[in-house]
Amino acid sequence: MEDKNILELERRFQEKIDNDIKIEPNDWMPDDYRQTLIRQISQHAHSEIVGMLPEGNWITRAPNLRRKAVLLAKVQDEAGHGLYLYSAAETLGADREETIDDLHSGKAKYSSIFNYPTLSWADMGAIGWLVDGAAIMNQVPLCRCSYGPYARAMVRVCKEESFHQRQGFEIIAHLAQGTPAQKEMAQDALNRFWWPALMMFGPNDAESKHTVQSMNWKIKRSTNDELRQLFVDVTVPQAEMIGLTIPDKDLKLNKETGHYETGEINWAEFWEVVKGNGPCNKERVDARRKAKEDGLWVREAASAFAEKRKNK
Amino acid sequence: MSKKEWPLWEVFIRSKQGLNHKHVGSLRAADSTMAIENARDVYTRRSEGISIWVIESNNVFANDSSESDALFEPADSKIYRHPTFYDVPDGISHM
Repeated sequence: MEDKNILELERRFQEKIDNDIKIEPNDWMPDDYRQTLIRQISQHAHSEIVGMLPEGNWITRAPNLRRKAVLLAKVQDEAGHGLYLYSAAETLGADREETIDDLHSGKAKYSSIFNYPTLSWADMGAIGWLVDGAAIMNQVPLCRCSYGPYARAMVRVCKEESFHQRQGFEIIAHLAQGTPAQKEMAQDALNRFWWPALMMFGPNDAESKHTVQSMNWKIKRSTNDELRQLFVDVTVPQAEMIGLTIPDKDLKLNKETGHYETGEINWAEFWEVVKGNGPCNKERVDARRKAKEDGLWVREAASAFAEKRKNK
Repeated sequence: MSKKEWPLWEVFIRSKQGLNHKHVGSLRAADSTMAIENARDVYTRRSEGISIWVIESNNVFANDSSESDALFEPADSKIYRHPTFYDVPDGISHM
């Protein structure tokens, strides 16, 4: 009887998904669907939060006040995106404190791109242009994700991200048209961020263990390789336009398909970074832990103040 | 401290005068005043609102979604509540 019930609930659930009816927090859902979403949404939230660090590194050293105000606004947006996502994860029953502890203990992952260092101002350009550009490719289809709160959070995020990409492109385009030394800085940033940006889309479809189920549940609406291809196709002409060279000697346009073909991605490097052995993994998690510890007195003060106000 | 989490607040924003407040998401804060201040930073960075309501999530009560078919069924059979149910002869206007 019980099993039959579950089967019927699962059938109705999948029927809703197939008819593009969104799933909302109080609706019945299979446990795997819930767990998959909690994993994906919290990883996404962590990526936004950790993503503030490489850019935060340059706020005090921005070349002028305009660039500084813009970068500050962008980093603040990322904090906001992390918060939208943590609260979306909470609607599934995830405990916020535990979610954050999982990041700090190394149990939870975040996008491996943020484990690369930001060595020059041009990296702010490369991150906005390539990293936010790749993130947008990933996030736009998520606005149609089957889980309502995640999809709604993504709509807000995507609206805000488009400024992120443009500000980055403006930085790098400006440098690319500057002095030879500035152009070299821009090219160097592209050289270092191009391949990690391609890795942001995740393993090839054949290697991606979650893709099939996530596509059936409409948590994921396009495969890793499809999105990566889309990103390459739009980005290569942008690089050409500003006079920079994509660091891939095998890159060529296939006239028949109209798509660019790239060289082989270094997946060994990707997996090393995912496993925690990237250039900045330890630094990033340490910085998050320190931020939490250093902020303890502020949180305690806020609680004490709220208590005092309540008793007045 | 770590186990005493701040309460969760549901945030509602009125985007402009004349429109109703609309649910936009949630956040954690120590009390209602701080929840409003945080909501300002999290949900209105681009002038999305002119008024904010926050309600502690514990105080939101909802119907049981597994029984919503039965709950809303009575309205489904009363199509005569809609103007399109009625025949109006050609030539009649202002109705």
